[in-house]
Amino acid sequence: MNPSSYNSLTFQELILRLQAFWAERGCVLQQPYDVEVGAGTMAPETFLRVLGPKPYKVAYVQPSRRPADGRYGENPNRLFKHMQLQVILKPPPENVQELYLESLGAIGIDLRQHDIKFEEDNWEAPTLSAWGVGWQVMLDGLEITQFTYFQQCGGVDLFPISVELTYGLERISAFLQDVDSIYDIVWARDPETGHEVKYGDVRLADELQFSVYNFEAADVENAWKHFELCEAECKALLDRYAALSKDKTKRDHIVSEKARFPLLGAYDLCLKCSHLFNILDARGAISVTERVGVIARVRALAVGIARAWVDRQKSEAAAPEKSDEPEPARERKAQKEKLLPVAL
Amino acid sequence: MPDFLLEIGCEEIPARMLMDAEQDLVWRITRLLGNERLKYGSVNPFSTPRRLAVMISGIPASQPDATEEITGPSVTVAYKNGEPTPAAHAFGRKAGVDVSRLETITTAKGEYLAAKVVKKGRSAAEILTENLPKEISSIYWPKNMYWRKASERFVRPVRWLVAMLDGETIPLEFDGIRAGNVSRGHRILAGRDVSIPRAGSAYVDALRTAKVLGRGEREQQIRKALDTATRTIPGARWREDKSLLDSVVNLTEFPSVILGGFDPQFLELPEEVLVTVMRDHQKYFAVEESDGKLLPHFLAVLNTDGDPQGLIRHGNERVLRARFNDARFFWETDQKRSLLERLESLRHVTFQKDLGSYYEKTLRVQRLCSWLSEIIKQAGVVVRPGVIHKAACLSKTDLTTELVKEFTELQGIVGGLYARAQQLDSTLPEATRFAIADAMYDHYKPGSTEDDVPRSIEGAVLSIGDKADTIAGMFSLGLVPSGSKDPFALRRQANGIVKVIAEKKLPLRLSDLMRDARAGYKGSEAEKKFVDDAKFLEAVRTFLHERLEFYLKDVRGYAYDVVKAVLAADSDDVVDAVARAEAVRQVMHMPEFQAIGAACKRMRNILRQGAEKNIGPAAKFEYLPESADEEKSLMVYMEKTASKVQEHRSKKEYLDALLLLSTAREPVDKFFDKVMVMVEDERVRANRLALLRTLLKEFSTIGDFSEIVAEEKN
Repeated sequence: MNPSSYNSLTFQELILRLQAFWAERGCVLQQPYDVEVGAGTMAPETFLRVLGPKPYKVAYVQPSRRPADGRYGENPNRLFKHMQLQVILKPPPENVQELYLESLGAIGIDLRQHDIKFEEDNWEAPTLSAWGVGWQVMLDGLEITQFTYFQQCGGVDLFPISVELTYGLERISAFLQDVDSIYDIVWARDPETGHEVKYGDVRLADELQFSVYNFEAADVENAWKHFELCEAECKALLDRYAALSKDKTKRDHIVSEKARFPLLGAYDLCLKCSHLFNILDARGAISVTERVGVIARVRALAVGIARAWVDRQKSEAAAPEKSDEPEPARERKAQKEKLLPVAL
Repeated sequence: MPDFLLEIGCEEIPARMLMDAEQDLVWRITRLLGNERLKYGSVNPFSTPRRLAVMISGIPASQPDATEEITGPSVTVAYKNGEPTPAAHAFGRKAGVDVSRLETITTAKGEYLAAKVVKKGRSAAEILTENLPKEISSIYWPKNMYWRKASERFVRPVRWLVAMLDGETIPLEFDGIRAGNVSRGHRILAGRDVSIPRAGSAYVDALRTAKVLGRGEREQQIRKALDTATRTIPGARWREDKSLLDSVVNLTEFPSVILGGFDPQFLELPEEVLVTVMRDHQKYFAVEESDGKLLPHFLAVLNTDGDPQGLIRHGNERVLRARFNDARFFWETDQKRSLLERLESLRHVTFQKDLGSYYEKTLRVQRLCSWLSEIIKQAGVVVRPGVIHKAACLSKTDLTTELVKEFTELQGIVGGLYARAQQLDSTLPEATRFAIADAMYDHYKPGSTEDDVPRSIEGAVLSIGDKADTIAGMFSLGLVPSGSKDPFALRRQANGIVKVIAEKKLPLRLSDLMRDARAGYKGSEAEKKFVDDAKFLEAVRTFLHERLEFYLKDVRGYAYDVVKAVLAADSDDVVDAVARAEAVRQVMHMPEFQAIGAACKRMRNILRQGAEKNIGPAAKFEYLPESADEEKSLMVYMEKTASKVQEHRSKKEYLDALLLLSTAREPVDKFFDKVMVMVEDERVRANRLALLRTLLKEFSTIGDFSEIVAEEKN
């Protein structure tokens, strides 16, 4: 065993260090999103926050589910659900690469002792109609991070652009601890007793049972039904949002109507569709001819939501400055004005 | 005269793009200097993953002055009664010349005032500051991005600029960055900022101190380090790999090499798999014995100066072990289902969304290959149709294996390896089984114009059938490659077809091949979306003509005019085109053919001019009482020679045919010297035209000599 592995970070210390590093650099620390996603990018904290002009900095761990990648816990390098640490910096600071390299120092990697390379890797997510250019960061031959400058998301050109750093936590941890199997990673170490809890102790059952579920047990017919229900509801919401702009009677109201419109709810439905698609795919339930079509259906939802999201930001930006009157008074006034023609 | 330096400091530029970008930048700057009448000396590019630089020596401080003549008002307006008018004075002022020294020039519109004005040359610094930003943003990248303003694009964010004439900074700006004299050193091995004292070799020296080397030095350093590391293992050598070497040269600023090892047990896996993992996924060089047998070692190129504690080696060994374990796991999992059992699963693998699944493709390729083997068999080629039939049946089944899903570049190869390992049909003799496996193994070949063609005729037929099916399907859907857009790599596949036919000397005609391939889609769902036959054949004919032209010119190295001459006669039979090109190449420098080329051009013109005036040749030429002597002797020559030429041609003895035709020069020249073709007498004229037409046809069946470019007479 590598001598430097003694005293190396546990899995949870790795997360804590990275979170502390980015918090100190002004990031909001978010918690993992609570709907199944295939990647940290799909969490609203990335997908929706990168849209529009507002600057934002956020970091969060995102457990990412990829049903087809499950291996019943038998493969030491592959998981159905892995953890990503996702950092979004919007707009990207000029020294973003240096910041990233500093973050490696924060988790105990002395770059003077290692070989680091930025190798071209351009990211694209067809189901989200999103893409960017960047690198895979290679440390001693191991890909540890995806580094991406987003250019488009939900079919919308981004301005300003965001940079996305996705740390592969299991890989980095296995590297730091010098173990050959993910399941041997020390997740936690009791400081008093020295008792260790391994990644396998925490997650092996998860991997096995979800592999069985995704490959063998998931009810295909029901999954299709769920998919269609979620899709239909999401579409209906998008249609209602579109109708807002056309409804002339609501003109004065439109900004507040849009502001309270549940686009986030619509996005959750889109995420569910994406996950159900992944389950159906793992079950081998999607035929050749269907596959492209189903991806396009999910993409249509994602693109619809992104457009609506941008539209809402524009309508808020165009709305008159908030007056000094307290909120309820403004609302009453707006209602009165609207009622006026009727009273005449 | 000052030296010039431009360095564009950038976040890591993709290795595959670096060399082209460097050339493009050199081209753009030298073009700018040329256009601006700025002379220059030597041009030296310098590029690393983090910078694109050009050093140019001996640029003058400014453009030479230029004298210009400007035209003023007409003389009638400029002078009244011999005295200069206000218009003349105004022009004089504008030109900066006293009225008395204005000149008069004569133009098509009459006499005008003119003045010679000396235009002061602008300074080089001014010109470069103004124009370089445009040139920087115009560098071609296969994929670029924006990061600040959507209008300024580059491959990755530009972070610093250095622009200098000798020791002076040129203040140009690109996307908000102002050029200065501060560059940056190696990310890890040097401090961030490196100040550049002046353009020229001082730049290279300053960077070397900051652990950044130029491409040539990096390549040398890597080669040396590879040699040194390999020498520690007796009898070993590293496997030469040019594209891998280029790639690591372009991934490093200060390279070094480590030697790592892996468990010899992994050597049980096929070498193809091990090498693919090492080369394509990890960018490692393989280590082999002198007989080419793989050794359990690898060489990794680092972008740092060494690995004193062995941590880097340890890390790389760990990654490779995981990758090899995966590969072994996949190999073992894949054996649980034989290739034959996988055939059914191809129904679920899309070939192309409108063209259906790989199962359907398999059936089509099988039929097409049977047909092709029948054709070549009838032409006397020794071929085993049964081998082709079985190989075609299983050729795509490896697409369902874990190993190919993980290492897509091993498609075909894995099928071949599994077919060998699985002993598919025990009733077949081993030689036949191996022949089937080899045909499967080779059927994606050639992957590029440099790549080898399949080893066996059976592999060749399968390779052609597979590619022809794809091209026919895509073209039928109207998915024709255009410009840089060729998402299905149809050009590469067509190049492959041409190369295989040429090198295996197969008697297959391209148009027949494509017609047969398209027939494979008869009755399919896809057919409803097809363009009509005529449109398809026209598009595919033009496309394959270009591919054959490319093959003859760029792969075989025939001169442009030879290729044009040969393909003008026929571009359907690849083997024949190669033979004719070779014959034409050998004779084209003979003075006889230079003359015949000129004569052919003349004949073609006369016939064309006749056709434009509706004057056609007679059905065939004959002796007329009015025939001139030179005309008669040409006819005699033709009758005497034509059948012998014909005989050579039918035996494909093109050189002999051409040498015989070279004797035509004398009678042809005499004919054109003495005989007028377009005479009044209709019968004589038509007869002479008929003679020319026959002659031209005779010459053009091997190559259209009117395409041959005349050589300069010394």
